[in-house]
Amino acid sequence: MRSSENIRWFADITLQDRSAVGGKGGSLGELTRAGIAVPPGFVVRTGAFERFLAKLELEEPIRPRVESLRDDELEEITVLSQRVRARFENAALPQDLQSEILEAHAGLCGERPDSPLAVRSSATTEDAEDTSFAGLQDTFLWVMGAPATLKYVRSCWASLYSVPSIAYRRKHRIREDRVAMAVVVQQMVDARTAGVMFTRSPLTGDRSVITIEATWGLGSAVVSGEVTPDRFVIAKITGEISIRDISDKHIRHLPATHGGSGIDEVETPEEMRRLPSVSDDELAALRDLGRKIERHYGRPQDIEWAIDRNGKIFMLQSRPETVWSAKEAMPVARPAQDPHTHVMNIFGGRR
Amino acid sequence: MSTMAKPKRFPLPSSLEVIAGTERTQAAYPYYMQFTREDDERFWFYNSMHFPAPMCVFDTITAEAAYCALGAANTRVHCLPTTLGIDYRIINGRIYIGGNAVTDPAEIARRTEEFKKRAFYYYANWERLFAQWKEKMMVLIRDAEKLRKVEIPEFEPLEHVHAGRGVASNHYLLDTYQKTLEGYYRMWQHHFEFLLLGYGAYLTFFDFCKKAFPEISDQTVARMVAGMQAEIFRPDDELRRLAKRAIEIGVDDKIREGCSPTDIIKSLEQLGDPGRAWLEELAVSRDPWFNINVGDGFYHNHRSWNDDLSMPFAALPGYIANIKAGQRIERPIEKLMAERKQLIEDYRELLNTDEERAAYDQMIELAHRVFPYVEGHKFYCEHWYTNLFFNKIREFGALLSTNGFFPDTEDVFHLTHFELEAAIVDLMTSWSNGSPPRGPSRWPALVEERKAAIAEWTKHDTAPALGPVPDVIDDPAIVMLWGITRDSLDAWLTAGDQPDSNEIKGFAASSGVAEGVARVVKSVDEIGRLRQGDILVCQVTNPSWAPIFQKIAAAVSDIGGSMSHAAIVAREFGLPAVVGTGRATQRIKDGQRIRVDGGRGLVTILQ
Repeated sequence: MRSSENIRWFADITLQDRSAVGGKGGSLGELTRAGIAVPPGFVVRTGAFERFLAKLELEEPIRPRVESLRDDELEEITVLSQRVRARFENAALPQDLQSEILEAHAGLCGERPDSPLAVRSSATTEDAEDTSFAGLQDTFLWVMGAPATLKYVRSCWASLYSVPSIAYRRKHRIREDRVAMAVVVQQMVDARTAGVMFTRSPLTGDRSVITIEATWGLGSAVVSGEVTPDRFVIAKITGEISIRDISDKHIRHLPATHGGSGIDEVETPEEMRRLPSVSDDELAALRDLGRKIERHYGRPQDIEWAIDRNGKIFMLQSRPETVWSAKEAMPVARPAQDPHTHVMNIFGGRR
Repeated sequence: MSTMAKPKRFPLPSSLEVIAGTERTQAAYPYYMQFTREDDERFWFYNSMHFPAPMCVFDTITAEAAYCALGAANTRVHCLPTTLGIDYRIINGRIYIGGNAVTDPAEIARRTEEFKKRAFYYYANWERLFAQWKEKMMVLIRDAEKLRKVEIPEFEPLEHVHAGRGVASNHYLLDTYQKTLEGYYRMWQHHFEFLLLGYGAYLTFFDFCKKAFPEISDQTVARMVAGMQAEIFRPDDELRRLAKRAIEIGVDDKIREGCSPTDIIKSLEQLGDPGRAWLEELAVSRDPWFNINVGDGFYHNHRSWNDDLSMPFAALPGYIANIKAGQRIERPIEKLMAERKQLIEDYRELLNTDEERAAYDQMIELAHRVFPYVEGHKFYCEHWYTNLFFNKIREFGALLSTNGFFPDTEDVFHLTHFELEAAIVDLMTSWSNGSPPRGPSRWPALVEERKAAIAEWTKHDTAPALGPVPDVIDDPAIVMLWGITRDSLDAWLTAGDQPDSNEIKGFAASSGVAEGVARVVKSVDEIGRLRQGDILVCQVTNPSWAPIFQKIAAAVSDIGGSMSHAAIVAREFGLPAVVGTGRATQRIKDGQRIRVDGGRGLVTILQ
């Protein structure tokens, strides 16, 4: 499928395109091009957002209003947020833009126009490395049909003006014209199990282990913290599983039972709650993928993944790990003139 | 306010009571091994790693000789900066040990200067000194083999008289006995000539890995360092060779599971040439490679394969079956070495800087240089020489038994080495003056009493540690050889809080998870009970047990560390193993279903 002015398919995206497709869109494109299984999809580029915003601003300014607020003026932020979001959600879309999105939607869904999709915010800032934006904007899961897709693309744009988003940008004095919103639209994995994976230890920063957290159903239950996931620590190189904490996964996020868009939080059947949500073979496959992605990026990664009901593994996002990477690590040891002097670490009584 | 838990502490040595009825056996141990009041001031721990069961009074010589030599190497030869030697005490047959740390900074500095002059010389000249060590050990072994047979004739042989030897056979009893002891003490001196330095170099690399990769498993570091061709692997390699030869010669159908070694050998002898051909191969393997005992060299009853063929013969049918099923049973040395190399490279790549990589290279290089000693010495010391030693003592046992000192040859091990010398002098005297020896009216009752004491002590557990809890364990020898840290003390202090738990923790020795029926094997005589897919639960997983790893699903032991040879072999077999559990053989009942998680060092009793 061909990319166009406002639509960019994953296969045509690299990390360099982040200013136009956002961090999430950039990473999905990069993973797709690296041969990693990613649910197919496209990005509605920031250009589309900018065009729509420009249209709205003709009637009434938005960016200057936001910039005029202080981060502690919560009441004013709330009033402005409600007003701006309503405009993004209700104003008419430029006709050609709407057609472009619908065409891409038809291309993505093929013969099943009701294929469930994920519509995900993919915000950009000038500083593309800044991932602290993550989680401030909305993501919509199990979106079915063209009208719903259009609706949630607008909701993603609008979520750039949520109260926490505005407050965050005001607090960090980020210029509004440096911020834009791309939207990822991709096929939804009907996940049997999903979770996150860090290619280093979040506890010690150890780069020789991979930490995997997993739960039944969609990964949103893990990301939102609504369930205590199973936790595994795997040696990156040998594959040894050193920690295997199987938790009580009392709820699952599943496609809505009414058959339309959205997800439900449902109780996990008693017999499944304390069973491991991933098999050892799947852990091994996840480890291989984690290593491959880390090597591709050349640095430790924070990855979201899902396993569908046929056991196929998909990567949903990968971003650089930021906490430990930011720490200035002291070298564990330096080479010695006389290599034998290293033994004084043991014999010298400094333990 | 919540009530504070009472601070936990270990019992004081003076609070331990000798179990009623065993007081006289306790008193038979040498005076310098008995606890005194002053010992309450110090921290002690039960050395269950080397002495997992109550010791016969003779066998305490293994502790005595080992600690004399270890202390000499640490204190006087290499002058380790922060530690002297190790004290040892015994109560109810259990050996407790305590380190002598050096804490005065000035003294540490003085010893550091000495240490560098000595230890660094050893590291720099390791290969030459180790080659020399092997020569010394072989001389020692040959000398032990050449010791006179223990016997006294009725009349001195005529040729001795005509040759004017002038020294009668009774003198040579004492001479041989003293030479036997001398050789044994000397062997332990050799044993510790390199050991601490070797472990220290290994631990230097280990320590680096733990800092660079805080969550790396012990066994992964061990895999990066372990060699594959140390002498200790040879006995098992020989069995694989013998299995192959049996098929080539066409006698494999005679070597069947469940038949006694004696019956198999008899049937091979009756077979004529092919049978004899294989028995000749067996004889080649036996000298010296069957000089491996089924323990770790500290108990007289851990017999060698040569003395008891049941272990090797239990393993042969499995190897034969595997070859016939088309498997390659030789250890894939090249593949294992390639894996080791890859592992080292992969971890190296994860380091942060080239500077760290250069330090890593230096440390792994030294660890690789010293490790052949760490891996290889046991075959010569704890196995080959120790077998010769105990068998020589058995000769004295046989002679004394014949002369009515006690009913059975093995009873000799219920005399201390001082008492044994007295009994020998008693017999020498009796032989010389024609009077009956005094021993037969003294020893049988004592031997009975001491046997009963050992049996009684075996029924009782003993405290893992005694005395005040130290703030830190800063004695490198203790950390190195026993893996004891402040954390393990805390674990001991809280152990027993959950007596009903169905989980047993140990060291993760070899990854993988397996479920199966537990076979609690308390002695080598029981290995015939192991069936394909069983889980072996035993006190020590010694290298000599490796051959039966082919038929079990997992292994669990009371004693052992993640760098033990058994752990290395388990990893080669891809067999989950948990070692050093402390009490798996007591907690797990034979026939129970258990799960072994070798990656986490956890054993779960399922029913």
